[in-house]
Amino acid sequence: MTKEELKNTLAALFPSASFEETGEWLNMNSTAGDFLSAAAVLRNHPELNFDYLFCQTCVDWKTHLTMVYHLESTQFRHQLVVKVQLDRNNPEIETVSSIWKTAEFHEREVYEMFGVNFLNHPDLRLLILPEGWEGKYPLRKDFEDSVNMIRL
Amino acid sequence: MNDVLKNIESSKVYRFGEEHSGIAAFPGQVHPAPGGGVLVSRLDDVINWARSNSLWPLVFGTSCCAIEMMSAASAKFDWSRFGFEVARATPRQADVIIIAGTIVNKMAPVLKRLYDQMADPKYVIAMGACATSGGPFFYNTYSVVKGADHVIPVDVYVAGCPPRPEALIHSLMMLQQKIRKGMTREQIRNDMKVA
Repeated sequence: MTKEELKNTLAALFPSASFEETGEWLNMNSTAGDFLSAAAVLRNHPELNFDYLFCQTCVDWKTHLTMVYHLESTQFRHQLVVKVQLDRNNPEIETVSSIWKTAEFHEREVYEMFGVNFLNHPDLRLLILPEGWEGKYPLRKDFEDSVNMIRL
Repeated sequence: MNDVLKNIESSKVYRFGEEHSGIAAFPGQVHPAPGGGVLVSRLDDVINWARSNSLWPLVFGTSCCAIEMMSAASAKFDWSRFGFEVARATPRQADVIIIAGTIVNKMAPVLKRLYDQMADPKYVIAMGACATSGGPFFYNTYSVVKGADHVIPVDVYVAGCPPRPEALIHSLMMLQQKIRKGMTREQIRNDMKVA
């Protein structure tokens, strides 16, 4: 589907979502509460069929965090970016690893770097950082490390 | 033997800038004597000459510099012209460790262990900006060791991000010259021990 058709289909399915079309892919903004049901629809709907989560990260805007999901359909070859805003003091969101299995590792990385708590994740622990780094979230903008980091 | 050595020293090999090239004549002088010649040389000179001409590298490519190191090893910039023929992955059979890439905090104990497993005499080349000083990751990073010389002693530093294969080969030739003159850390330490 083209970006226009995709936008129309999604606007019909999710009336409360907003869209941005400035980038290469269509961006859809969603909320943390209904993201899990929206993800199920995105995966299983016969015309959308987003079965490939090719990237999942988090962005630290200093006032809030934003989860970013990059989805693609291997059947129709269209892409979608879903952005979900999270509260900075208590960042929690449902895990999507039951829908896309690759999210298990991506969510572990987001957990270790940003501290986002993924509810119902099967195995939430550090992925790459060695032991002793629990509780310190290095990729947050307010991360301080006087021993290792030299601030520019 | 006299004739053989004379042929080596005055052969028609083109040597571009003797002081810059890695080609070095066999150290020593031949004194003619009835019945042949007598080669007079210092044993250290001969040993250093032999060691410098056959340095086997341990390739420790962690990051992008490894690509340039692979390029220096392959056909276009061939470093086995200079004797670095056998690049094994095992530290037991290696003389020089080329640290090609970024050293992160998780990798530092591994680097130390590999260096300890190498047999004497061993030399170290820090290739690229990351191994020299942390490179582009000097500021604002929580995980990069700011220079491989925080972990092991380094003989030759190569600048570049990544350095061209010619620069890496030049650094290897510089290491060869250092070995022949007895100026590497290993040799200075041994001299201090004896004296």
